[in-house]
Amino acid sequence: MGESRQRLRRKGRQLIDSQRASSRHPNADQPPTHVVRDAALNGVRAAAGIPSWVLVTGYLGFGALAAGHQLSLLGTLLSTLTIWALPGQLILVEMHTLGASFFVILLTVTLSAIRFLPMTVAFMPLLREARVVSWRHYAAAHLLSISGWAWCMSRLPEMPPAQRLAYYFGFTLTLMVSSLIASWIGYVAGDLLPANAQLAFVLMSPIYFLLILSGETRTGIGRLALVAGAICGPLVHLVSAQWSVLLSGVIGGSVAWWLHRYWQHKTRQA
Amino acid sequence: MFLINDSYAYLVVLAGVCTYFWRAAGVAVAAKISTESALFSWISCVAFAMLAGLISRVIFLPTGSLEATALWERLASAGVALIVYFFLTRKNLLLGVISSGATLYALRLLS
Repeated sequence: MGESRQRLRRKGRQLIDSQRASSRHPNADQPPTHVVRDAALNGVRAAAGIPSWVLVTGYLGFGALAAGHQLSLLGTLLSTLTIWALPGQLILVEMHTLGASFFVILLTVTLSAIRFLPMTVAFMPLLREARVVSWRHYAAAHLLSISGWAWCMSRLPEMPPAQRLAYYFGFTLTLMVSSLIASWIGYVAGDLLPANAQLAFVLMSPIYFLLILSGETRTGIGRLALVAGAICGPLVHLVSAQWSVLLSGVIGGSVAWWLHRYWQHKTRQA
Repeated sequence: MFLINDSYAYLVVLAGVCTYFWRAAGVAVAAKISTESALFSWISCVAFAMLAGLISRVIFLPTGSLEATALWERLASAGVALIVYFFLTRKNLLLGVISSGATLYALRLLS
């Protein structure tokens, strides 16, 4: 009697252990190495074209700005490596030069980075097959940028799920490395560029986002959100410059979401 | 060590940690909610609208060096990019982006 209960308990524990073991290795059936390698190389190749070109023009300007403000080269490169968000990096340079306090600078940079929350939430499902999250996804989140987001949101859905993470790492690491080199070149030789060429470069990154988002957003609700956000952006900026990015996202996004729901509801009734 | 005197480098790394907080939070939230849920589609809408708002704000009300350009110059550059991308080429991103930069450069030289 006592013995059989003990045996049952042992069996139950074994079952739990085996379940734990299988949940600990969500990627037990990893894709073959050559598939991963080819996908990563495709990502590198895709990024080596226009996506890194656009980032390079932005980071050349950033390097030149940092050098102009007599900030250290080490800090400038670390900024690209650890913050990896040009708006936040520019805020940091400007506020540090103005002599704002440590705490206020950190708070402002942190607030400017809130956009990564909705961007990451919308993006992550593309990178995982089930709702399982591993350290790879936390590493992937650090490499996310607007450029990578806009590109991969349109390209990844057409790709087999097993190749996406490798492609993404190849793509984003290429962007990161070329931006680091650009920050350095900009720091050393940035003011050699004529002023009008610098202006043209500054305009090219928003144009890149404009083309890729308007041309590659396939879902109706996504397009609706783009239009609503584009209308809200400048209007909200007139009211509150500091909060304009976040507020135009929340207002424009909510309006688009509600309109889409409303129309879906109506067509279902009809 | 050279790091010790570089207060800017410390500030940069701290700012990087603060930025990463939102990225990690995004991964954690994404793991909790289903892509079919209303909350997920709302958050996606916010992400799309945020970026679109950022782009149109830079074109209509730029801050920084683009303030030196006129609104019509920026609109013309964006218009040329859209025409090249959608009508003249079959969605060639490289030509679209470069044409906008070239347009702004040419307009600045002429003015």
